[in-house]
Amino acid sequence: MTGNPKIKLADAKPGTEHEAKLVDNLTRTQIVQYAAGSGDFNPIHHDETFATKVAGYPSVFAHGMLTMGLTGRMLTDWLGDGVLKSFGVRFVKQVFPGDSLVAKATVKGVQEQGAEGLVEIEIVTSNQRGEPVVQGSATAVLPR
Amino acid sequence: MSDGHSFHVDRTGILLFASALGETNPIYWDEEAAKATSLGGVIAPPTFAISSAHWNPDYALKGIRRIPASKPRPAAATGGGGGGGGGGMNIARVLHGEQRFEYHEPVRPGMKLTVTTKPGKTWSKEGKKGGTMNFSETITEYRDEKGALVVVATSVGIVTEKAVGS
Repeated sequence: MTGNPKIKLADAKPGTEHEAKLVDNLTRTQIVQYAAGSGDFNPIHHDETFATKVAGYPSVFAHGMLTMGLTGRMLTDWLGDGVLKSFGVRFVKQVFPGDSLVAKATVKGVQEQGAEGLVEIEIVTSNQRGEPVVQGSATAVLPR
Repeated sequence: MSDGHSFHVDRTGILLFASALGETNPIYWDEEAAKATSLGGVIAPPTFAISSAHWNPDYALKGIRRIPASKPRPAAATGGGGGGGGGGMNIARVLHGEQRFEYHEPVRPGMKLTVTTKPGKTWSKEGKKGGTMNFSETITEYRDEKGALVVVATSVGIVTEKAVGS
């Protein structure tokens, strides 16, 4: 165990659910901050003319990786720091300025190994209309 | 396998990345608070490895950035920065379909990682709006100075026949 877990295996039994609000009314400013933080300057995420006239979207939209990063915050705020062994998502829908996101995690299984266990988690992040924008899974090591 | 580029991890890079996520967690910036935990110091958030794009000379979406300078090389060698690559592609037709990370060690300030990419699986399917969609996996390995794996990132890029929003 190298991480700093916040909860134990007993708090993450199969069927356990955890939900967190990720962002309310996503701003273009946050999208631009994420571009600078990540290095991804695809104009589709900050140049309204490019996003609408060239690429044909209704407006600029968030990097998928911004939504994944926000979703990761739900995991680390709940499970602790440095405890994830894997984290993967599929980007299913664009996230636009003004959207509000909620992430939900469900424990699907636990593989116990001595004093700790590997928790398997299913993840869905949805927008204010209840439409999934990101779906995925994660595994984390938690102590007994 | 690409010949790789360096990724110098520092506290400022972690701070900028974490703050763009709206993070408040002290583990990403407060060295004193982080030292008091079992992690023993600041670490990076789970998706931070993607920001190695800053150090990838051949990253396709680097805006006006010209450093680190690109070395002359065959066009086929250009790849993603660990996500949503598409060197030379019309970027209006490139989508980031999936992203996975496998974690071996926490990413910490002071690490000098070597980032190498290799192609993974490719497949196609018919899309609704953008015509044929071509999927391709890029596997990016982040290794420390001893050569030990720190993170493995797998990105699935999708190139569509026409701009998807149209």
